Formats: sequence, structure tokens, C-alpha cells
Amino acid sequence: MDPMAEIKASFFVECAELLEGLEEGLLQLQDGDEDPETVNAVFRAVHSIKGGAGAFGLEALVHFAHRFETVLDEVRADRLTLTQDAILLFLKAADVLSDHVTAAREETSVPSGKSDNTIQELEALLDIDANESNLPEAEVVADFSPMMLSLDLPQNDAIPPIGTQFRFITREGLVESGNEPLFLMRALAELAPFQAEIDTARLPDFDNLSPSKTYVDWTLKSNEHVDQSDIEAVFEFATDLCEIVFEEQTQIDFQNNPQIVHPPQTEHRETEQQDPQIVTDSEAIEPSKTITINEATKPKNLPKQPVSTATVRVGLDRVDRLVNLVGELVINQAMLSQSLSEIGLVSNTSVASGLEEFQQLTRDIQDSVMAIRAQPVKPLFQRMSRIVREAAEDTQKKVRLYVEGENTEIDKTVIERLADPLTHMIRNAVDHGLEKPQTRKQVGKTEEGTVVLRASHRSGRVVIEIEDDGAGINRPRVLKIAQDKGLIPEDANLSETEIDNLLFMPGFSTAKEISNLSGRGVGMDVVKRAIQSLGGRISIQSTPGQGSVFSISLPLTLAVLDGMVIEVAGQTMVVPLSSIVETLTLAEADVQILDQGTRIVQIRGSFVPLLDLAEEFGYRDAGAYPENAVVLFILAEDGERYALVVDLIQEQRQVVIKGLAETYGHVPGVAAATILGDGKIALILDTADLIGNAGHTDQNKLSLAG
Amino acid sequence: MNVLAVDDSRTIRDMVRLALGQAGIEATVAEDGQHGLEVLDSMTPPDAIITDINMPKMDGFGFIEAVREQEQYRGVPILVLTTESAQEMKTRARAAGATGWIVKPFDPVKLVNALKMVTGQ
Repeated sequence: MDPMAEIKASFFVECAELLEGLEEGLLQLQDGDEDPETVNAVFRAVHSIKGGAGAFGLEALVHFAHRFETVLDEVRADRLTLTQDAILLFLKAADVLSDHVTAAREETSVPSGKSDNTIQELEALLDIDANESNLPEAEVVADFSPMMLSLDLPQNDAIPPIGTQFRFITREGLVESGNEPLFLMRALAELAPFQAEIDTARLPDFDNLSPSKTYVDWTLKSNEHVDQSDIEAVFEFATDLCEIVFEEQTQIDFQNNPQIVHPPQTEHRETEQQDPQIVTDSEAIEPSKTITINEATKPKNLPKQPVSTATVRVGLDRVDRLVNLVGELVINQAMLSQSLSEIGLVSNTSVASGLEEFQQLTRDIQDSVMAIRAQPVKPLFQRMSRIVREAAEDTQKKVRLYVEGENTEIDKTVIERLADPLTHMIRNAVDHGLEKPQTRKQVGKTEEGTVVLRASHRSGRVVIEIEDDGAGINRPRVLKIAQDKGLIPEDANLSETEIDNLLFMPGFSTAKEISNLSGRGVGMDVVKRAIQSLGGRISIQSTPGQGSVFSISLPLTLAVLDGMVIEVAGQTMVVPLSSIVETLTLAEADVQILDQGTRIVQIRGSFVPLLDLAEEFGYRDAGAYPENAVVLFILAEDGERYALVVDLIQEQRQVVIKGLAETYGHVPGVAAATILGDGKIALILDTADLIGNAGHTDQNKLSLAG
Repeated sequence: MNVLAVDDSRTIRDMVRLALGQAGIEATVAEDGQHGLEVLDSMTPPDAIITDINMPKMDGFGFIEAVREQEQYRGVPILVLTTESAQEMKTRARAAGATGWIVKPFDPVKLVNALKMVTGQ
């Protein structure tokens, strides 16, 4: 890649980090943090974005960042009081800034209305304090134009003289600031040959001489014409530390004058660095020794080494390759164990214990590799605070988002694919969950509603909860909607959980409900599907008047899963353990056949639809399952249970997931495949999909629910 | 030539390194003033230093002052590279001991020329 493009790409990565820091800082300020460093950090974030954007000529971004920064600078200088309203506006501006960054990256543009409005609102803050703030517009413009020189120079005559002559009068601080007169004159000599005349009138007595001061001035003459602006450019950095006075030109005899300043040569540096100390013979050894030690203790050539940090950036493809290889290792290890046990491995032998150790190591490597892919949910959660702000603004509600457990780690892919469903759920929590401020006041709640986003580890899975302190699910209304839409029979008698789960039914969300927020074409059924496709589950707990909690339970990784290895009509398959509630041996006496040919099984007094896997896959006819078959009770996401008939359970084990979708596309009822210890391929079943595809309609299911 | 460049923005650090590298100037970078001092301690004394003003931990003013306090760096040219252009800022930087002031976004050629000029090369 071309180096500039590479830097630009890394600029956008940096922007993402800066925006994250910006938001974090603003949220801290919102919580009452009064540390000036927080304000500084907020300012710097915007400032750095502006700086980088300027380098790439991203004008819209620079423009917005600049206005934003100007206002933040006022806060930093204590000229603008930081009210809660101001912080809210800054958060909004941060969102717009983020839009600008995205637009710049994608080479699109931000709707000017939104950006301009925010700028106006920002600058309105300044107007309030206008009597104190002094920010002339001119200053703003000048910021990005080249620096202007302000030299008090006598205006020269219209006709340029043939030669050039000027006085270079030094002031205190010239040398201290690192502006070496010799170097200035060398730069001058690049323009034309100049002759320097020294003026030592200001030179004090030797006793009063300070080595760090300049006491001499020069008159510089050239026979060639040199533009004043070019000379001024040479002295650009030292305009405040010297005076350049252009004079009438007199002819100079170059031939006879040896004091000509020549173009750069490097003899000066040696003299400059020579140690002026006089060393007597007896002391001579001492210093040289010190030097040797210094040289030795100094880390060798450190400067070229980039300063090491605690992180390494690695391409995701490399990690994925490692994950795949480890998967192969796990499979190979399993195959080895199996073949060793087939040839009759005696326990307590060194081979057996070696194998055990190998197994343990494999497991550890696998965990470590998975940990590389694991990332904290923090960035994802941070994105949600913007969603909450926007949703609050759109619905005229006051909302505060609290985040807990943001350092909980989960697979990167899971995080990425969680963004959409989570966004939708957060919007729902604000839009449907929370009441309007007046309503909240009337029922004795604070006007400001609360949404809590929480992540935690629970028994090998990650649980993400979205909790609101709103009105809770209006069950009579949900029931009514479902009945009106014919999703459930009029006389259905549903439990509270079942009513809550109606929210996840396809077709439940209606056009009527599509407001600004929820109308993004996603219903809760889509959310549920997305969670399921990640091997997750979603559930609701709701208390009328007190609020609702949506819980998403997710696997730590998408690369391995705990499965039940089963056999169906001679085929080996894997059912994800997470979907199995309970297993039982099927007693024919408990099975009943309904009119439509649907089989149901009675377990603990309730009837559960029976689903023969082999029949579903077309291996055998209905009801042809063997005696002593086993049933796996599967908990569907709606809380409904199904009995899956299988011939036999082989074992319970961790399996490496091998995707099939790339080769075969979506196969109904099949989630993926794995390779077992004997080297054979087994399908991993997608129970939710199986149940959905089974001949059993919702009608049947729900008529049993009572 | 060997230059120490201090800037909290990775983008700017990369750009400075690229600009200088193309001119055959070796650039060592640091992320803030404090880090800049540490890096300065561990490197061969630079021919010039480039620093940003707005940085965490230690800003450019503090950094320049701290550099100038060290005897061996009294005369090292220090160029300020910043988006700031307010006179007040320049005065402060000058008081701290800055040699010159370049406003971002910078022109790579100008930066290199300025470096050559202040180092007399």
C-alpha cells in the first residue's frame, strides 16, 4: 500500500480510539468528574482528530472538529461553564463528529443540516458568555492559513535596488531558543552569496560577558538582488528575537573581501561540541573512564527501536488460521485417543498418562487461542450510549444509560454480530420500555428513566442483560395484538412468560408501531434469530410498573461447542448441549397420536410434541423409531418444549465447529458439521430451525400450551 | 540527521516519520512530553526536536522547558508542530525555549527545509 494511504487508514483507526476516549471523557464529566485533565483529554481528542484530518485535507471534518474544539477550548480555559445541558450537547456533537469521521472514511458526506445545526447550537453556548469570550472569526480562518510574518519593515522604494543589504540586529533569547545565527546565515547564503560585517558596538567588557548571550549584530550585503520576502522567510522562526532592517544598497567589492558566508559546511559542529574543560594530567584518566562506562551502560541503539507496548496488532486472518489449526489438533488428538483405545490401551501405562497430558495440553492451547479472539464488550457497549441518546431525543424522554461488566470478554465475531440486535433492543427499551417523563412523575418515579446494559460470565456463557425501569410489558395489550393478528387463537390461555414471548413471534411487530426508532425494519423475531444464529438464547423477565429485563445468553466462542453425540438410523449427529433440557428413555405407553398424525408424549403430566429426527431427515417413516429410543427435551426459545426422538446417546463432548454454509449454503435443520474421534464427519443440528421446519404448526403447538 | 518527534497523534507521528524518512532523516518518535524525555535519554542526542503542544501527561511547553534545562540540549533546535497559531501560545513556547513554529497541517518539504535550516545542514 502507498504509505500515505496506510497512514490514512491508521488515522481512521486512531479516530475511532479518540472518539471512544472523547465519549468516555464526556460521560465522566456528566457524572460530575471535575478533574481538569478530563476536560483536557476531551479537548485533545477533538484536537487530534482535527490535526490528522487537516493533514489529509478532509475539510468537512476539519471544519466541524474546529468549531467543536473552539467551544471545548473555552471550557478548558474556564471561560465557559460546563452545565449538564452543555455536556449533553457535547455528547451530541461527539456523535456528529463520529459521523463526520465515518463520512470521511467512506468518502461520503454528513447531511449538512445536522452538522450545521450542531455547530449553531455549540456556538450558541459561546454567545451566552459572549461578553467574556473573545473569539474573532478571523482567528478561526487564520488557523489554517500559513503563518503570517509581522515585521516592522520600512517600505522599500518601488524600483528594486540591484543588490541587497540589511542589518541583522540580535535580541536576547536568540541563541537560547536554538536559533543559531551562523545557521541563519548559512540558510541566507543559499539564496545568494552574502558578505557579513560584524558590529561589535554592544560587546561588553570581558568580565561582564555571558556566554549564552549574543552581543553582536551584522550587516549583510549581497551584490545580487534577493527578495525581501525570501530573506524574511529565513528569519521566520526568529522574528521576535531579532530585527531585520533593510538598507540602501552600496556596492561591495567581493574580490577583496574574505568574509563571505559560504553555503553550508559542517566544520562548525565539531567546534561547538568540543569540551571546553581543561583536564590536567592526573585527572585525565578519570573522565575517559566515565565515558566508557556510559557507553557501555547505555542501551545500544535504542532510538531505532519503536517503544514496545503491551499489545501486538495481528491480522484476524492469522488468528483464524491458528484457531482452525487448533481445531485440527483437537480432532487429531481425539482420533488418536480413539484408535489407542481400540487397540486396547491399558490404563496407568505411560502411554495412557501421556495421552491424558496431551489431552489437557490441547485443551489449554485451545482455550488460549480462543482467548486471543476474545475481546471486551466495552466498545460495543459504548456504541450503545449513542443509541440511547438518539432514542431519548427522538422520543422526548430522559434516559440515563448505566453500563456494567464492560470488560467481560467474548468472541470478536459474536461482538460484531451482536451490534444490530443489541441496538434494536436498546431502542426498544427506550421507545417501548420507558414511560414519558410526565407519566413517570405521576407514578412516583424519577423523570429520568434508567437503562442498564450488563454483561457477565455465567456458567461458561456470557449473559448480556438489557434492563429498564419502565412500565414493564403490557401483557393484556400484547395478548390483544397477538389475537387481533391471528397469531394465537382467541381462546388461548397463556402464561405470563408465554405472553412475553409473543413479542418474539414473526409478524408481531406492526406497521403501526414503526416509529422513528423501531422502524428500521427489524422486529424482535429478527433479533431472536440473530441471537440464535450465534448459538445464543434470549429471554424476558418483566414486572408491571417496574420494568423489564431482556437476557441474552451467548456461547464464549463460535469455534467449539459442547455437544451431545447421538445416533439416528445409523447416522451420528451432534445436538448442542445448550438446547437440551433433559433426556429420557421413551416409553411407548406415554406416546399418543392426535388426529393429524401428530405424536405427543406425556411427561410429568404435560404433553410435549414428539419429533423423530430420523423421520425429519427422511431416514424412516413416521413412528418407525426403535424400542427404547431416547428423547431429548429441547427448550425452544419461546419456552415451549419439544421431544426429539433419537436412537441412542453416544457421549457428551466438546466438538470443533466446521462451517458448512460456505460450501452448501444454509441446510435446513443443520447448523454446521464436526469431525469426530473416529475421523467421521457428523452434522451439528440446529434444533431451533428443526422445530421451526417441522410439520408442526404454531397452531398445534399453541393449542397444546394450555 | 537524527530527529526526535513528539506527538500524541499516531497519524502525525507516522506522517512526520514518512516526511523525514523520504528526505533521509532518521526520526525517533515519542507519544507525549514525558515519554519524549525518556526517549531523549535513551537515544543518541538528536540534531533537532519536533514537538506538539497539546499532549497528555506533559504538554509541549513543559517538554521544551525540561529539555532546555538539560545542559547538553541547550542548543538543540526545537520546532513546535501544532495546529495552534495563537500568538499567546507562540509566546509561551518561545519563553520555554522553542526555536520555531510550524502550523499543522504541515508541508513535508517545508518541514524538512526548516529542519535543515535550524540545524545548519
